[in-house]
Amino acid sequence: MVPVRGRLALARDGFRAYGLIAMMWVRSTMAYRASFALTTLGSFLGTGLDFVAVLLMFGHVERLGGFSLGEVAFLYGVAGSALGIGDLLMGTMGRVGLRVRDGTLDTLLVRPVPVLAQLAADQFALRRIGRITQGLAVLVYAVVQLDEVQWTPLKVLMVPMMLLSGGAIFAALFTMGGAFQFLAQDAAEVQSAFTFGGNALLQYPPTVFAKDLVRGVTFLLPLAFVNWIPVMYVLGRPYPLDVPEWFAFAPPVVAVGFWVVAGLLWRAGLRSYRSTGS
Amino acid sequence: MDLIELDGVEKVFDVRRRTGFMRREKRQVRAVDGISFTIPRGEMVGYIGPNGAGKSTTIKMLTGILTPSGGRLRVAGIDPARERTRLASRIGVVFGQRTTLWWDLPLKDSYRLMHRMYRIPDARFAANMERCVELLDLAELLDVPVRQLSLGQRMRGDIAAALLHDPEVLYLDEPTIGLDVVSKSKVRQFLRDLNAELGTTVLLTTHDLTDIEQLCKRVMVIDHGRLMYDGALAGLHEVGESERMLVVDLEQELPPVETDLARVVKVEGPRQWLAFPASVSAAPLVAQLAASYPLLDLSVREPDIEAVIAKMYAGGADGAQGARLV
Repeated sequence: MVPVRGRLALARDGFRAYGLIAMMWVRSTMAYRASFALTTLGSFLGTGLDFVAVLLMFGHVERLGGFSLGEVAFLYGVAGSALGIGDLLMGTMGRVGLRVRDGTLDTLLVRPVPVLAQLAADQFALRRIGRITQGLAVLVYAVVQLDEVQWTPLKVLMVPMMLLSGGAIFAALFTMGGAFQFLAQDAAEVQSAFTFGGNALLQYPPTVFAKDLVRGVTFLLPLAFVNWIPVMYVLGRPYPLDVPEWFAFAPPVVAVGFWVVAGLLWRAGLRSYRSTGS
Repeated sequence: MDLIELDGVEKVFDVRRRTGFMRREKRQVRAVDGISFTIPRGEMVGYIGPNGAGKSTTIKMLTGILTPSGGRLRVAGIDPARERTRLASRIGVVFGQRTTLWWDLPLKDSYRLMHRMYRIPDARFAANMERCVELLDLAELLDVPVRQLSLGQRMRGDIAAALLHDPEVLYLDEPTIGLDVVSKSKVRQFLRDLNAELGTTVLLTTHDLTDIEQLCKRVMVIDHGRLMYDGALAGLHEVGESERMLVVDLEQELPPVETDLARVVKVEGPRQWLAFPASVSAAPLVAQLAASYPLLDLSVREPDIEAVIAKMYAGGADGAQGARLV
């Protein structure tokens, strides 16, 4: 077992290496500014399309599952920005299986920095801020629309808290997906089902889904903490399930929990790779 | 103290194979089956064997990529599997088949990143860069993205990358595979100098016996996960009774040449193939032929490693048939 201090040093090395590698990719991207601007714009518009779908829907109905356009936009903005943050930070974890298959993972294992940091920062794509920007834009639109919410200092603070915790939760989910690829090397699609699929789910109010699904997303794979539960507090609406009120403030704790599980899975995956070589 | 120590090291893989619908068979493969050797500081050792013999598996255990299933293994006093990242800054690794450089970035950027990642002091980094750029001819390549480099250029780039942090030991897995003659000789010369001037310990796996001949005094042969031979290269040729082949082109078609230094194994028009022991020089044979036959051209072909090992198995039972015409 690695002592606590050793683990902290490992984490510090990991963050440092992540920063070094990511900065290098950013620099190399910036060598082609026009291309960067276009791909970022593409990412912004591409992710914006499904909000257009939401707008179209509201062209026909006043409310969706009892929620107004502003409220749905609020849910959408939080989930979209959180996924954007997670995708920016850990999105390349989808390539773990590929690197196992072509054997290039070995080249990362002979370097003096944590493999997870090297993989996560590999091909760091700044254009992914397109998705975050789009999410934030919808969020701003939502706040302008929401005149029924009584903003208190606590509710205002909830917004950055949700974005950071949600980003961490999605980032952990990407990491778990990466760890899973040690077992099933072509499981990148499974990973996407949970991350991008989870986001697609969270963009809509929990009331439009079956109770069992909401229960699963609350207790089994607690994605509901990204936006559903805390947003219900901000909007002053009841959550469809009977959950204690403090759940609204739990996202940071849930994010830490996600990361503990992700860390353990990652370690198990890497250990199994190092004993089987495949 | 020995830099590298292996004592009864084993690596067993579980291989699962589908034998039918839903049915799987589990089989154990002993990729490395109880290997023991030590390498003192400053030595340059060749590690050879046929495909699938366990060479790469051994290197992966020495670098900490793979965890051994049994036995004891130390590199610079460190257990590689347990302290992989600590060991990493003391070793250099070059995989012939895949690059450790960042594929899409200019060579220079990869080096800059290594500099920070390995926390190499600025002065050391500058000095090592200068040395590598000069000796490996990298000056023109520094701004080129790695994916645009030729195999030989990339290999030189990779070797430099493995040496910037002053490793105590350098592992090279097939460093000359697929390289042209000029690139091969450049790489070999560089490795020789590195070992002579800096005293870097080098362990290299290869298919090319010429690599070993030109670089290593000591050679280890592995097959089926076991160490078959550990000693001088000349001794290997004796054990394997391997033969080199002298190919001569005569001015006209003649009956097989007469010589007591070699056997004629094949005649094809004016071209004849003569087999002679790999452990002796070709010069006396050439001199003898040149004195009595009209020679147009000649060339010497080295035995390949598979042939040598095949003959080691045969145990010298029949030396007359083993040499392979290539």
